Amino acid sequence: MPVDRSRLPDIGPDPAFRFPRIVRHTLANGLDVRTVEHYTVPVVSCVLLVHGGAGADPPGEEGLAALTADMLDEGTGDLSAIDVSEGFARIGAEYDVDIGPDAAQFGLTVLSRFVERGFSLLADIVVRPSLRSSDFERVRKLRLGRLRQLKDLPPAVAERAFLRLLYDGHPYGHLPIGTEPSLSSCRLERVAELHAAVFRPARATLVLAGPHSHERLAAIAADAFAQWTGNLSGDGWRAGDIDPAYIPPRLAVVPRPGAAQSELRIGHLSAPRTTPDYPRLLVMNAVLGGQFVSRLNLRLREEKGYTYGARTGFDWRKGLAPFALQASVHTAATAESIRDTLTELGAIRDNRPPTDEEMVLAKASLTRGYPRNFETAPQVARSVAQLALFDLPDSYFEEFIPGVAAVDRDDVVRAAARYIDPARAVTLVVGDYTAVSDSLATLGLGAPQLLTDSSSETW
Amino acid sequence: MRRTGYDAGVDPVALPFSRHQLSNGLDVIVHEDRHVPIVAVNVWYHVGSKNERPGQTGFAHLFEHLMFEGSAHYDSGYFPPLQRAGAVLNGSTNTDRTNYWEVVPTSAIDLALWLESDRMGYLLPALTEQRFQTQRDVVLNERRQNYENRPYGLAVTAIMAALYPADHPYHWMTIGDADDLRAMRLSDVQAFFRTYYHPANASLALAGDIDTARAFELADRYFGELPSGTPPAPVRAAASLGREVRLVLEDRVELPRIYMAWHSPAMFAEGDAEMDLLGDLLANGKTSRLYRTLVYERRVALDVAAYQNSREIAGSFLLVTTAAPGQQLADLAALVDDALREVTSGGPSDAEMERARAQTEAQFLYRLQTVGGFGGKSDQLNAYNVFRGDPGFFAADLARYRAATREAVRDTARRVLASDRRVVLSAVPRGQSALALPGSEPVSVS
Repeated sequence: MPVDRSRLPDIGPDPAFRFPRIVRHTLANGLDVRTVEHYTVPVVSCVLLVHGGAGADPPGEEGLAALTADMLDEGTGDLSAIDVSEGFARIGAEYDVDIGPDAAQFGLTVLSRFVERGFSLLADIVVRPSLRSSDFERVRKLRLGRLRQLKDLPPAVAERAFLRLLYDGHPYGHLPIGTEPSLSSCRLERVAELHAAVFRPARATLVLAGPHSHERLAAIAADAFAQWTGNLSGDGWRAGDIDPAYIPPRLAVVPRPGAAQSELRIGHLSAPRTTPDYPRLLVMNAVLGGQFVSRLNLRLREEKGYTYGARTGFDWRKGLAPFALQASVHTAATAESIRDTLTELGAIRDNRPPTDEEMVLAKASLTRGYPRNFETAPQVARSVAQLALFDLPDSYFEEFIPGVAAVDRDDVVRAAARYIDPARAVTLVVGDYTAVSDSLATLGLGAPQLLTDSSSETW
Repeated sequence: MRRTGYDAGVDPVALPFSRHQLSNGLDVIVHEDRHVPIVAVNVWYHVGSKNERPGQTGFAHLFEHLMFEGSAHYDSGYFPPLQRAGAVLNGSTNTDRTNYWEVVPTSAIDLALWLESDRMGYLLPALTEQRFQTQRDVVLNERRQNYENRPYGLAVTAIMAALYPADHPYHWMTIGDADDLRAMRLSDVQAFFRTYYHPANASLALAGDIDTARAFELADRYFGELPSGTPPAPVRAAASLGREVRLVLEDRVELPRIYMAWHSPAMFAEGDAEMDLLGDLLANGKTSRLYRTLVYERRVALDVAAYQNSREIAGSFLLVTTAAPGQQLADLAALVDDALREVTSGGPSDAEMERARAQTEAQFLYRLQTVGGFGGKSDQLNAYNVFRGDPGFFAADLARYRAATREAVRDTARRVLASDRRVVLSAVPRGQSALALPGSEPVSVS
């Protein structure tokens, strides 16, 4: 039968999929353990999530949480940093650290046959790190060096300046790596104090996904982490509880003479991850800039050729999260890209609500593609850790598709009107100021705040 | 989720498949994995920037962009129908091949095959001057974003230009020269499609929730009608270096960095796996020799990387290290040379070989976790098929690493890492060429 090329083939009914079933176990020391049976390849993956990330850095000590997390694999007991690295390498294990605004997450992926060795070493470094001063000095200097290297990277420069502009004075207002003054004055005792205060079983969740029964996975967790002690209370100060009060400027520029492109961030603080409007915001973002086929990418990339890609998104956290566009655009197209972006931010809530076509595409893309996020054990472990981070129910995965499917056009317009506002948006340009200043002046955003190297200590 | 047979005694480190060639020459490879209701569709064309000519560089990659813009029977962008189906999709181009993939829900397999086959067979009628111009602008922006406006972004471009002579196909970067991109014409693009984009120069892999017999039936249904083509002649070229070439590149960077590059075995050639293992033992993890010396003990560097860059007609081995603030590149280079002398004379230790083997075994298994995307099982099957003519080369590939000995690693290192036959590039902050190694020639890349 020849192919009918007069029209695209139909898509069949959505295939059934059983989302991971999560079983919770609480160890005697208070550690929240969540397990998922995942039978594919003989690999076990886990995430240990400890509440209190970069947002818990005390003022003037920005970077402390990240430095502390980085110090854990620098030695434990008789083992040096080299020994720890060797211990993971000899079983082919992959260890990684991720510091977010609200939590630190330690990931370990290991072959099933080495699971005891891998978890035992993970528990040793997290619970009983050596925290030696010579390792501390080395790690601190490496991070200071890294901070200098970040000055070369336009996206990192933009990220740092944008957080500072949006959250001035708030615990979310800095990159996890911290600042030169804060890292320079950081002392090892503070790392030890933070470790003692934050790395307690009552503040942590351990997620395991792998080809074993729930009982077996829980036993692996208990064998490794039962000796972890610490105050049982789960209290602690959280950055997300504080409301940012600062009103940022409309336009700011980090000058980068001769830059081939302008790195842009355009947005404002919007909503916390726990908002009941979350599914509506996902659909709105998918229409506006959250995927390849979205208004802003089509406009800036496919129609105008200003950029290799433009996208919008929420940098989700427990407290108010930024909603922003990010794009790197040709210098000559800087002002035009900003104008187009501000226009689109307004249009979705005012004069150009999503079309039926856009609604179908955005929702179908989110729902039909959802099962592929549960293919590998590391994916599953990370997804379950997100539930723990944001206090979401175990039924969350099951409820995701119906939740998105229920969103209609009016929901999107209402969500946009409530959470998106071009009049409040901060526009940040990291680029050649001399080349773009005249055209920026035509945008009606006022005189830009210039963020120069001499002011870099304060932003 | 169903249990698989690995706990019933099957070797878990394996990638089973079936292959069938259509009458027009298209290879079709199928791998079943029913864990999640998704299917990966992956198409390789055996063409990359090595098939370009000087003055026409950047062609293969710009062409890849045009493949997403529409085809004769669906004369519109490919992203909307696929995203609406819940798919993710992408493509990439390197020196040797161009790949395209979608991961779709099982319910949308027909859609993905329809579109892939339409652009393989019927692209040109949809290729307008307007689409061509816009995608050229997008690519020029990609070049600005990933090369010109990125620290050290042009260093590898300068190194490859020095390592290979001007007419060697690895002399230029896949992204292409900006002037070449601006000079390109739509008619050149059309000729390129006719030469390289046809079933006899392509390979299709389907991996995931699909029955093998049905997969072959669908492949034949959508691709079987496409006319075959003439497989392009293999590209051949040779290159060697007779001396140490020292270069200095000034860039918008805070800290100086040193790059060293040598000619090394081609992909899958004798010594390729050994150089791969050598890269790990030199610079992968805190235990590695160079990390331990430069970063951990002497603290003169912030980072170090070393890797075998395996390519189809020639390989290169690259070593990169960034000076810690206040440190001199000459001191880093001397420590690197000491470490290279040690490994080329004494070879790796047994402990180092054991560690490298454990890591390799694990990496091969981790590679089996996902069906689609870059590096997923469908992509691996096509890689082995296109470069080895054997989708089943997975086991033999792993065997290369299992068979590598300390002596073979030492001997290959000795052959490859000669200090008088390499390119050494110092990337330094603008206006500070004095920070480069002595005797370095200034180089500029646009």
